[in-house]
Amino acid sequence: MGRTIVEKILSAHTEKDDFKIGDIINVRVDFAFANDITAPLAIKYFKESGAKEVFDRKKIGLIPDHFAPNKDIKSAEQCKLLREFAQEQGIENYFEVGKMGVEHALLPEKGLVLPGDVVVGADSHTDTSGALGAFAIGVGSTDLAAIMALGEVWLKVPPTIKFIYFGKLNKWVSGKDLILYTISKIGVDGANYQVMEFSGEVIKRLSMDNRFTMCNMAVEAGAKTAIIEPDQITLEYLQGRATRPYQLYKSDPEASYEKVIEFEVSKIEPQVAFPHLPENAKPISEVGYIKIDQSIIGSCTNGRIEDLRIAAEVLKGQQVHPEVRLIIIPATQDIYLQALREGLIDLFVSAGAAVSTPTCGPCLGGYMGILAKGERAISTTNRNFVGRMGHPESEVYLASPAVAAASAVAGRIVSPEEVK
Amino acid sequence: MIIKGKVWKFRDNIDTDVIIPARYLNTSDPTELALHCMEDYDPQFTKKISRGDIIVAGKNFGCGSSREHAPIALKAAGLSCIIAKSFARIFFRNAINIGLPIFESEEITDQCTEGELLEIDTVKGTIKNLSTNKVYRTNLLPEFIQKVISVGGLKEYVKEELKRREIDV
Ligand code: SF4
Repeated sequence: MGRTIVEKILSAHTEKDDFKIGDIINVRVDFAFANDITAPLAIKYFKESGAKEVFDRKKIGLIPDHFAPNKDIKSAEQCKLLREFAQEQGIENYFEVGKMGVEHALLPEKGLVLPGDVVVGADSHTDTSGALGAFAIGVGSTDLAAIMALGEVWLKVPPTIKFIYFGKLNKWVSGKDLILYTISKIGVDGANYQVMEFSGEVIKRLSMDNRFTMCNMAVEAGAKTAIIEPDQITLEYLQGRATRPYQLYKSDPEASYEKVIEFEVSKIEPQVAFPHLPENAKPISEVGYIKIDQSIIGSCTNGRIEDLRIAAEVLKGQQVHPEVRLIIIPATQDIYLQALREGLIDLFVSAGAAVSTPTCGPCLGGYMGILAKGERAISTTNRNFVGRMGHPESEVYLASPAVAAASAVAGRIVSPEEVK
Repeated sequence: MIIKGKVWKFRDNIDTDVIIPARYLNTSDPTELALHCMEDYDPQFTKKISRGDIIVAGKNFGCGSSREHAPIALKAAGLSCIIAKSFARIFFRNAINIGLPIFESEEITDQCTEGELLEIDTVKGTIKNLSTNKVYRTNLLPEFIQKVISVGGLKEYVKEELKRREIDV
């Protein structure tokens, strides 16, 4: 019987490879990481378990990104714990402010997570790295402590749902629109416990940045993770990044899937997910009149260079609406620098946008753009739960960078067509 | 391992806010968390149950936030295990990591009633309803999970595993 890409990766990382779906197996971990919210607890549990040294200094990442640059005293203390633990253990991949970026954008960019890897992060959006053909899952702090000590994780072998996208994408329709559309069709628990494997001609043509965006939001459909078979586009992305050898796996044609779901994309418009669930996506033509106070372009979902380029294309020769705050946050320092070199930052600031150093900041209602009571934001982030970006009576609408940029100009949610 | 206890029945989609409300998350002390376990569902719950009792629930038990406090509260309240039609993914991990046995069974959930006595044989993978004498099959807890649960959770398992590796070297 054929095997899926996920089954092949797991089989290469476990002792007995005669497992079935639903079995619990122990797998070796190639890279594990945590951030300034989850690492402090994991470090505490690590110490309580009596562990003295981490299993491998090169295979652990500590990234202070959520509330860093430190937003207050508490977050300063949390970040300090990470810094001290990294020094004490000689952990190579600790990223200080100034070198830091949002973890799920930073780790692939630095070539630290690679195709064929088992990647475990103490953060739910770890699934982002599935875009490289890695098996990447989010866990809690106790799990991460155990991995730091032993280099292994236990997991239940998940079934896979295969998604096939075919047809031709419309102008302004991106990976973000595809994933919002997909979640709206299957629901926020539509892929519970399962892997979402994205495939088909549309995915084959999709850039790495758009693939990361799609995999990033699989967890918003309850998925354990998402994965895309590595191909030429993946290999080009890895050039000059990969720091160690890696393996390319593909699903066998006769592999068995829980379900196969096909989408014809040519009728898909830019999508907007209404509050307060990512599954509430509507095509832009059905949005109606929705005035906004703030627009956020950034995060592990859409803070990459292509996202900034598209935002710049829309903002070129335009001004941000006088009643809107547009906040643009490149996801990593390298992306920031690249944007600077391409003149994008100049264009953003000239258009009246605020540009920030990399941070999660407003995405989780941390800082750098919190909403007041009754305020409304359009955002390229991934969650629009009640109170996610500030006051419980504020609202977040999720969309692509193109729509977020256009809406910042119009002062209400619009298609990029309307401002171009 | 044999687990024996009285049944408390719960509906589908019991979320972590029901298991332990967020207002008590400023502590991680198990005994204190246990006092508020299922409080918003039934304020008397922790007073009614006896040590070793079993929760039998519908599908998606433990959905919602990833708080490890939820299985900790259930375990500290004295519940010996949870049986449900299915569990939410992170609750499933957390329960095992803190050493709370969990079993999936559609049938038993449909067929048992509150107050009946169950006996679970984790090695054979059977659940016997001692009140009706019916026997059900459940998922066998894999060897690894049995080990984690029998030592009291993942932290303790790591301790033992580190010791074992030291001896191996
Ligand atoms: S950008 Fe948002 S979703 Fe991504 S890791 Fe940070 S807080 Fe989480």
